[in-house]
Amino acid sequence: MKSSVIIFPGSNCDRDMDVALKKFGFKNQMVWHNDDEIPKSDLIVLPGGFSYGDYLRCGSIAGKSKIIKSVIDFANSGGLVLGICNGFQILTETGLLPGILQQNKYLNFICKNVFVKIKNKENKFFKDIKKEVLELHIAHNEGNYFCSNDELKSIEDNDQIAVTYCDQKGNDDEENNPNGALKNIAGVFSKNKNILGMMPHPERMIDQYLSGEDGSLFFENLIGSF
Amino acid sequence: MKVKVIVTLKNGVLDPQGKAIQQTLNGMSFDNVSEVRQGKYFDIEVKESDEIKAKTQVEDMCKKLLANLVIEDYKIL
Repeated sequence: MKSSVIIFPGSNCDRDMDVALKKFGFKNQMVWHNDDEIPKSDLIVLPGGFSYGDYLRCGSIAGKSKIIKSVIDFANSGGLVLGICNGFQILTETGLLPGILQQNKYLNFICKNVFVKIKNKENKFFKDIKKEVLELHIAHNEGNYFCSNDELKSIEDNDQIAVTYCDQKGNDDEENNPNGALKNIAGVFSKNKNILGMMPHPERMIDQYLSGEDGSLFFENLIGSF
Repeated sequence: MKVKVIVTLKNGVLDPQGKAIQQTLNGMSFDNVSEVRQGKYFDIEVKESDEIKAKTQVEDMCKKLLANLVIEDYKIL
């Protein structure tokens, strides 16, 4: 399976993602944001980081970059797109995913392991993961998910909530909300479930020496879903 | 011509920076400050002498890039 990781100026999780994808069997290629098109891929990944220095709004400039048209075309034709952290922010700014990531409620940059509850497994991203709760890493200043009430109703009705922040047992209540995100939302899908954006970094949890291996479950499922 | 734009958060959208500024002002003895909302201001130089055309263009810019209409409103001055 071929994957492409897009690099924007300021991306900084692109190589971690490259390592993770290759470890689990993807034939990965790196694509520069100023390229005209993306080589043939089964999966496109927008990595974490601080594209364009987070100028204007996180992800807003990357969301209008040259390569994005190809990402949008790929996504709209049903291709699998994954956005992690800044990649999630970029996907909301392009309109491919609903809502927006605002500054964390208590204005602090949060860098720690969290638990997330998988809310929907009827998709390629989580289909065969046996666990209900994953331990993953977050590192962000703008992860406070927000959308209008109408939009929230629409994403709930369409089962577009992918993962929510929770405790080890899966309680996704306000006590286990690190950043103020609406309904503890840590990740959402597009309507067709072919696009996933989420704040936690599975690529940081793929080795026993990296404080956890639940990210491995994510990538093992992903490569197995093709 | 120069076009000025102000982008602000919509009413009801949480503004943690505004809140922190308000609390700081209160702490500095500006007791009567009950709310602060922070926004962005843009000075845009457009190579266009017709005011209506320039502002129409800037409005398009606001919708496509300068503001995210999920949480922000824009005002062309």
